[in-house]
Amino acid sequence: MNTFLGIAAAFAVGLAATSTALAASHEKVKACFIYVGPVGDFGWSYQHDQGRLDVEEVLGDAVETAYLESVPEGADAERAIERFARSSCNIIFTTSFGYMDATNKVAGRFPDVKFEHATGYKRDHPNISTYNSKFYQGRYIQGQIAAKMSESGIAGYIASFPIPEVVMGINAFILGAQSVNPDFQVKIVWANTWFDPGKESDAAKTLIDQGADIITQHTDSTGPMQVAAERGVKAFGQASDMIKFGPETQLTSIIDDWGPYYIERVKAVMEGTWEQVDIWAGMAEGHVVMAPYTNMPEDVAAMAEETEQKIISGEFESFTGPINKQDGTQWLAEGEKATEEQLLGMNFYIEGVDGTLPE
Amino acid sequence: MRIELQRRDAPSRRMSLLSPLIALALTMLTGCIIFLVLGVDPIAGIYAFFVEPLTETWSLHELAIKAAPLILIAIGLSICFRSSNWNIGAEGQFITGAIAGSAIPILMPEASGAWVLPAMLVLGMLGGAAWAAIPAFCKTRFNANEILTSLMLVYVAQLFLDWLVRGPWRNPEGFNFPESRTFSAGQILPEILDSGRTHYGAVFAVVLAVILWLSLTKTVKGFEIRVIGQARRAGAFAGFDANRLTIFAFLLSGALAGLAGISEVSGAIQQLRPSISPGYGFTAIIVAFLGRLNPLGIIVAGTVLALTYLGSEAAQIMLGISDKIGRVFQGLLLFYVLSCDTLIHYRIRFAAIDRRPSKEIA
Repeated sequence: MNTFLGIAAAFAVGLAATSTALAASHEKVKACFIYVGPVGDFGWSYQHDQGRLDVEEVLGDAVETAYLESVPEGADAERAIERFARSSCNIIFTTSFGYMDATNKVAGRFPDVKFEHATGYKRDHPNISTYNSKFYQGRYIQGQIAAKMSESGIAGYIASFPIPEVVMGINAFILGAQSVNPDFQVKIVWANTWFDPGKESDAAKTLIDQGADIITQHTDSTGPMQVAAERGVKAFGQASDMIKFGPETQLTSIIDDWGPYYIERVKAVMEGTWEQVDIWAGMAEGHVVMAPYTNMPEDVAAMAEETEQKIISGEFESFTGPINKQDGTQWLAEGEKATEEQLLGMNFYIEGVDGTLPE
Repeated sequence: MRIELQRRDAPSRRMSLLSPLIALALTMLTGCIIFLVLGVDPIAGIYAFFVEPLTETWSLHELAIKAAPLILIAIGLSICFRSSNWNIGAEGQFITGAIAGSAIPILMPEASGAWVLPAMLVLGMLGGAAWAAIPAFCKTRFNANEILTSLMLVYVAQLFLDWLVRGPWRNPEGFNFPESRTFSAGQILPEILDSGRTHYGAVFAVVLAVILWLSLTKTVKGFEIRVIGQARRAGAFAGFDANRLTIFAFLLSGALAGLAGISEVSGAIQQLRPSISPGYGFTAIIVAFLGRLNPLGIIVAGTVLALTYLGSEAAQIMLGISDKIGRVFQGLLLFYVLSCDTLIHYRIRFAAIDRRPSKEIA
């Protein structure tokens, strides 16, 4: 911890020099964040807020931050973003897909403010960037672990909404599982929510009752992890390290580490080098991090670490052919890698998934 | 000692008028204590909550945008509640109104011309009214409890919208994301002024509130609503048909909620999304009672409640306190209004516990 603070301090000193030029025009750069959930969700919004705290810690006095939590998507989002734009924010991070149009509208009205929209694809103005992370990389590893660890050969998957991001995660999980056990099954429950501890917990109970002995989730609360802990089955955390909620239960967790990106972008504003980007980064860039591999035999952890290293080095890509769609038609030929466009528009299950995708 | 409520002979008229202000003052006072406990300067807290959103033109516009749907829905609900028809499903009527009105821009994206917007608004009202007609029908025909039926239909409407924007009404150019295409210029409710994005929804709210107030106080229908609400049998003797009034009240409040829905979608959001309302239909129930079921009072109540939303954001940014504080303020306000109302009609009496056997009291 001390070394980290030391590095942070050194960083801050270094930055103080670079930010003096800026100090003439602005006193501090103000970075503002809008969250869709409460910062205490211990999932999606919590991790974005950790990123904000990283910005404060690393950039220190050169930066000021503010946030709004639980901002509903819709008409309220536009007001919240505009309020930030008017309260001297220099860069505004809007951290939910549903803020896409509102962010673009406000960006058009405030050309001097920089906007960063997470998980969207619209960049209508030069002052708006989009960013996202390749969480599916982690889900492939989880699939491998699940297939090794499961005795029943069935994992339970709590999904939120059938959007490409989530479908991609399910497919990656199954690819990983099938690479270990070709007969592995995944049962999916659509919770139709990002954050509803009660509903998510009920889904976990249902899945366990149906024979799943591994639980994984694409929703943001710690509910499923806690249910898994109570029922004595293993589970994967979501968005943040949930080991506190399942010390004997969590196998690993995909951690969304937004800190590096947020620090980089706020620095770019300070230095006047901010430019529009569309970032989709993964493990190699440190945006997707796996929590320690716990509660599993050493050989399983070793396999997971090996896959992780291969993904980081670029040697391995989860969506590499041959892969068939669920109906048996070919999607990717032998050796063919999915393009980003193909992944970002994914609205079909691959072969081996049980059930139909809700339309 | 025992504390009991004793009915007053005549509620004070002056206190009835003052009570919302007293409630507001008590809310602020309690707020100050909360701020002190949180270690926040109470003056700064109250300023952020109740004053800051009123200091700039743009946030006044935002206030109007937030208040308009609350007022529109609440005035409709006031007709229902006055006539003892407990429509809890305005949220669903808001959504079906939005869906019905959006049918034109989504199914006929090329549609343009002067007829488009009025047609969307009319469809919106019909959509809301149709949804409200179901609990009204079930109540009058099968004597089904309208609280349950109207509330349950909210979830049906929400899931129907969800299905539409993920399925048949999904934007074909939207990468499979769950939202409809965005409306084009002629399908968007225009802004009233150049200085901000308040759209005509706010005008509808105020104009209709005044019309409704006039009708309630000056017309026979208004009299009928009040009589049946207070004494159903007396109304029957006067020749008023309670069932017909139930249908009327539900259709009217459904139409107003539907109008609020299509105005919100066309004016503020400009596309259909899986969720289009942050619970306006439920918050409007609070607004209706805060405004004492009086359309003019509801204009004030809707504005005050909208202010607490904006104020909550201002407080988060300026003072770094949680958004939950905003909810606490809304709860406090409702609590104090209801307790003030109770104390207008009742007095508190401290009575020594009577130890005699109860039959002698009787």
